[in-house]
Amino acid sequence: MNATRNRIGTAIGFVLILVWCLLPVVWIISLSFKSAAETGVGSPQFLPKDPTLQNYRDILTDNDFLDALRNSFGIALIATFLSVILATLAAYAIARLEFRGKRAVLSLALAIAMFPVVSLVGPLFDMWRTLHLFNTWPGLIIPYMSFTLPLAIWTLSAFFREIPWEMEQAAQVDGATSWQAFRKVIVPLAAPGVFTAAILTFFFAWNEFVLAISLTSTTRSRTVPAQMSFFVGPDPFNPPYGQLATASVVVTVPIIIIVLLFQRKIVAGLTSGAVKG
Amino acid sequence: MAAIDMKNIVKQYGDGFPAVNDISIDVADGEFMILVGPSGCGKSTLLRMIVGLEDITSGDMMIGDKRVNDLAPRDRNLAMVFQNYALYPHLTVYENIAFPLRLAKESDDEVDKKVRAASKTLELDEHLDRKPGNLSGGQRQRVAMGRAIVREADAFLFDEPLSNLDAKLRGQMRTEISRLQKRLGITTVYVTHDQTEAMTLGDRVAVLKRGVLQQLATPRELYENPGNLFVAGFIGSPPMNFLPATVEGTSVKLPFGSVQISPEKAAKAEGRGLLMAGIRPEYFEDASVKTDPTGGSTFRAEVDTVEWLGNETYAYIPFEAPPEVEEQLRQLERDLDGESLRTQLVVSLDGASRIQEGEEAEIWVDGSKIHLFDPATGENLTVDRDNAGRILDHATEQAAEQQAEQDAVAG
Repeated sequence: MNATRNRIGTAIGFVLILVWCLLPVVWIISLSFKSAAETGVGSPQFLPKDPTLQNYRDILTDNDFLDALRNSFGIALIATFLSVILATLAAYAIARLEFRGKRAVLSLALAIAMFPVVSLVGPLFDMWRTLHLFNTWPGLIIPYMSFTLPLAIWTLSAFFREIPWEMEQAAQVDGATSWQAFRKVIVPLAAPGVFTAAILTFFFAWNEFVLAISLTSTTRSRTVPAQMSFFVGPDPFNPPYGQLATASVVVTVPIIIIVLLFQRKIVAGLTSGAVKG
Repeated sequence: MAAIDMKNIVKQYGDGFPAVNDISIDVADGEFMILVGPSGCGKSTLLRMIVGLEDITSGDMMIGDKRVNDLAPRDRNLAMVFQNYALYPHLTVYENIAFPLRLAKESDDEVDKKVRAASKTLELDEHLDRKPGNLSGGQRQRVAMGRAIVREADAFLFDEPLSNLDAKLRGQMRTEISRLQKRLGITTVYVTHDQTEAMTLGDRVAVLKRGVLQQLATPRELYENPGNLFVAGFIGSPPMNFLPATVEGTSVKLPFGSVQISPEKAAKAEGRGLLMAGIRPEYFEDASVKTDPTGGSTFRAEVDTVEWLGNETYAYIPFEAPPEVEEQLRQLERDLDGESLRTQLVVSLDGASRIQEGEEAEIWVDGSKIHLFDPATGENLTVDRDNAGRILDHATEQAAEQQAEQDAVAG
């Protein structure tokens, strides 16, 4: 009796959460299939009356958007890659070594993570102009890395701490150098942590807007979130909702695919079985 | 294969605490050496210094004819089994065993041949494709051993390998390790806190206390001729009984009565005042069961508790000890990681004994096997030095201290 009531309650809860999370997504997808005429009539219905692929055709032939998409991918991937590598090495040092200023490094990293991004836009703009980094890929990659590194370091050092030190010592006794022990034993064991850090970093870089709009001026380095703010259409009072929604769908799909891909890798409890059981 | 020679090894931590203090142990080629002692005695630290996971503060660590103090673990060619096995969870059993070979860049054929041979020895054939996480404790233990035997290491090092197994499996693995070591004939250093493992596995046993080597001898020598109170109390289960004693002529006066000892032993203990007598539980017997009660003494005592185990019976007889003996016993208990309970005599009697709890019984004791200890220093006064291996005793300790002082002055 109680068990069934529990199950029903759980089911209702699930449905509520699903509706809460997915309704906006469904709304965007539905919008992306509506023609401009349909979105402009004031009270559009939920489902498109006359589904059309015109928005997708327009978007995928829009060179500005394609450039932005390319920029987004390039910048996000490079920032993720570099950030994860640096964070892995830093986190390993923090987890394993005793050195002066270890706490300072960790607190400083946390302080950077708490720093409001907007307050850095002005100084960065000036600096980047002088250093000729304005409107370039590195101009975005560098700040993205510095904002994602703290989180990545914290996540990864927690993972490294969980790995028994004996693993590494066993590898060294088995004939591995420190680097081999790190690469062949520690990194594979920390893989879930590395992927978690990678996903978080990628999300940040992919979705970031404030820096992307302030530190770029052309489609040479402008990313999708910034580019989308230029979708104004001919009538300022009547934004092209259909096209905006389509662009959103196009940029959300890679994220979903990446999450699904990495999710398989994030196997919890990989270290179970390493030690006594 | 190689001998391992530790010469005056010292490990001092940053705060100056010597975890291992001037230990010299020579492990012969092919010998099975046990390092045993209560927790915190430095045995694991010593093992980790042999393998190179711990820096050596001073002294020489020789493997074969090579001084290895400054070599990295991978250059020492030793194989080690860790207490928690330290298997690589992301690799299959096969790859776990193959790991050292892969690092040595051996060809796939060679790797396959050696891994199969090792897995056959350890009966792991059917588990080769599984991950360590899906194995039982005993199987993981075997995989860890497989990883050790697969390469031609100079020596095996074991760090309490059986402490995570249940009692039955521990017994089986113990014989397994012993058989394997005999068959491979490889130099082995084995760390344990379990005196049963120490007695059954070792060719020789090194007993350590707080970083100092107490006695280095064969199991039989340790059992029959413990060098001091600590070794006497540590080796043997149930542990040796310690009773206040005074020697008058050739008789030892114990709380329960007098026991005759040999004139040689009596001479060694002459005029020392209050001593501690060490008598193993198995040197006692129920006088009514003993068919041939000659050569010993009997006394009457009230038995407090009786534990009948079938093949034998443990009887407990409480006694009052003078304060100086009691203090020493309490200290000994602390050294042995035990709780200091009341002073009582444990006697191991034949299973046929009919002694009841609360009854006054006549107990026979073999006086020839009594040891007499100095309560102040813990030194065994009646030890047979020819059959006791190497002992740390008061004299050598003082000599070492004097030497250290001289060195300090000279330096």
